[in-house]
Amino acid sequence: MSNSSIGWWGVVIGVLAGSVRGGTPFLLVSLGECLTEKSGKINLGLEGVLLMGAMSAYAVSYKTGSSLCGVAAAAGVGALLGMIHALMVSRPRVNDIAVGIAMLIFGSGLAFYLGKPYIEPSAPQLPGIPLGAWSSVAQIRAALSISPLFVFGVVVAFLMHWFFRSTRWGMHVRAVGDSPAAARAMGLSVGRTRFLAIVCGSALGGMGGAHLSLFYPGAWTERISSGQGLMAVALVIFARWNPVHCLWASLLFGGAQSIGPALQAVGISTGYYLWNASPYILTLLVMMATCSTKRTLVGAPGALGTSS
Amino acid sequence: MPSSQDTPMMSAAAQTLPAESAPKAPWRWRTGAEAVVIPTCAVVAALILFGIFCEFQGRNALKVYAAIYKAAYGNWYSFQNTLLRAAPLMLTALCTALPARLGLIVIGNEGALVVGGVAATVAGLAVQSAPMPVVIAVMLLGGIVGGGLWIGFVGLLYYKRGVNETISSLLMNYIAIAFMNHLVNGPMRDPSSLNKPSSFPIPDDKMLPSMGNSNVHYGLIFGILVCLMAWVLMEHTTFGFKVRMIGGNIRAARMAGLPVARIGLIICFLAGAAAGIAGMVEVAAVQGRANESLAAGYGYAGILVAFIARHRGLPIILVATLLGGILASGGILQRTFTLPDATILLLQGIIFLCILFSDSLYGRIPFFKEPGA
Repeated sequence: MSNSSIGWWGVVIGVLAGSVRGGTPFLLVSLGECLTEKSGKINLGLEGVLLMGAMSAYAVSYKTGSSLCGVAAAAGVGALLGMIHALMVSRPRVNDIAVGIAMLIFGSGLAFYLGKPYIEPSAPQLPGIPLGAWSSVAQIRAALSISPLFVFGVVVAFLMHWFFRSTRWGMHVRAVGDSPAAARAMGLSVGRTRFLAIVCGSALGGMGGAHLSLFYPGAWTERISSGQGLMAVALVIFARWNPVHCLWASLLFGGAQSIGPALQAVGISTGYYLWNASPYILTLLVMMATCSTKRTLVGAPGALGTSS
Repeated sequence: MPSSQDTPMMSAAAQTLPAESAPKAPWRWRTGAEAVVIPTCAVVAALILFGIFCEFQGRNALKVYAAIYKAAYGNWYSFQNTLLRAAPLMLTALCTALPARLGLIVIGNEGALVVGGVAATVAGLAVQSAPMPVVIAVMLLGGIVGGGLWIGFVGLLYYKRGVNETISSLLMNYIAIAFMNHLVNGPMRDPSSLNKPSSFPIPDDKMLPSMGNSNVHYGLIFGILVCLMAWVLMEHTTFGFKVRMIGGNIRAARMAGLPVARIGLIICFLAGAAAGIAGMVEVAAVQGRANESLAAGYGYAGILVAFIARHRGLPIILVATLLGGILASGGILQRTFTLPDATILLLQGIIFLCILFSDSLYGRIPFFKEPGA
């Protein structure tokens, strides 16, 4: 057994803390994907955006000494990659899923290339918000040190929910995603709306990357994202394109991801590698349970997966 | 507004249909030229973009390309290296190419390769005392069944539950790698493999040999044969015609009474089997055991090969040889130009984006329009 004074509670606390810490990138990327998909296009390339965001946040934070600049750089780089994606998918006969795969390869290649010199040095990290200052147990204090980006994500989730439901622009995005022809007839510019949605969504994805390299796990390595950007895409389907549901789903996925490490922390390493697969298996199970061949999913944008 | 079924890939397949169903029609060379000229121009454009990037990084682009050429095709020795990499690429490319003709985008190549490799190892170890051809045949069967069932499951999820095949196949890559890590760190671990946990090795004299006195193993023959078989199956059989019909218009195919789900599952199995053979070849001819070197990125590069070759069996052989050369030159770029190994990944990404961009040019360049069409 480990030297922890709280024993098995360590596992529970570890998983709960992990769901917030590990769930933050899921949250930001899935919100970005949600915005993108609501406009009728899929962006599988958010995995590449996540890596580029993580790399540029770390590099800029290291160069400038300010982690906030790092977050801003991540958002900016995300927006730039989003622009490439948006310009590509606006062309006729270009498949958005295939572009996503290409952007994934391009983004990770660029991140690994430019990030090579930053694997060694350590950059200033984002300070945590110490919600656990009242406790004397170190694990609880560590667990309740919340990433500012998580707070930001929660705010964005509720804002985006309000945006889609109650604002004119939100309605425009939904109209473009549900029926581009009708949106065009309303006098909306389908191209411009999608461009903005994809660029803003990518910027959110980039900030998810900043959380990875500047808060948890808190260093830039090439294995930092390991498919979280892709899981976030599946998570949006699970959340039925509802930003607030994205929040709950992200917490669930973050928790699933931290079961393996939490068990290892109390000395159980049986099946460690299999536990590593648990978020992916969970995603598959969730998709099996929620998808159907018979009906379209409630909340699915009408133009999603079509070439219109 | 185009109909909802009309994704680029499907309509590309649909375009070829009339010519196939009326073999007596005159050969439409302009359409054929379009399918060669546009991807070639896209690759050239990608090379120019990457060259500009190299210049910004302070490397002479022409020298970089000269080095890539020399490392890939400069002499017989380096060309052997290229061919060694081309073999798994041909096989993994089919994992994307075959389902693409149905209108599915499957990118579980890496996972199917890993599962095929692990299954081949298990099968090979079980019969390791048998003569070499038997061991190879059993390993081949293991690879086919392992990879085939893996992607077959993706097809099952799609046809039975409507689960998006791109996302599920990609998630299954990670599951496959975790599964392999579990096996080679636990039940299958050879205690003598310390630094890199691996399975017990296939005996040296039971491994897939090299051809003649070259370094190139028989896996290359497997790759070429399987690509040829895929080409004949898709372009010259009734089954292939049915597949292309489903890819062209799934509703029409259903109306015509085609068993869409059954054909789809067979194609997914074959696709996974091809990638599984790639895994088997890597184990039987290169690694000699299952370990994390199996997940070396051949799966992801195979996706690119399939897209450049427009999902056709014959061009895949050529494109895999070209891309194999680029992969083989990674070491030289690192040593001579101190470019990190991610350079090759970046180049692949740029080529992929240019190829996809060029998809929007089909049918838009007046020169390639058939007169009277």
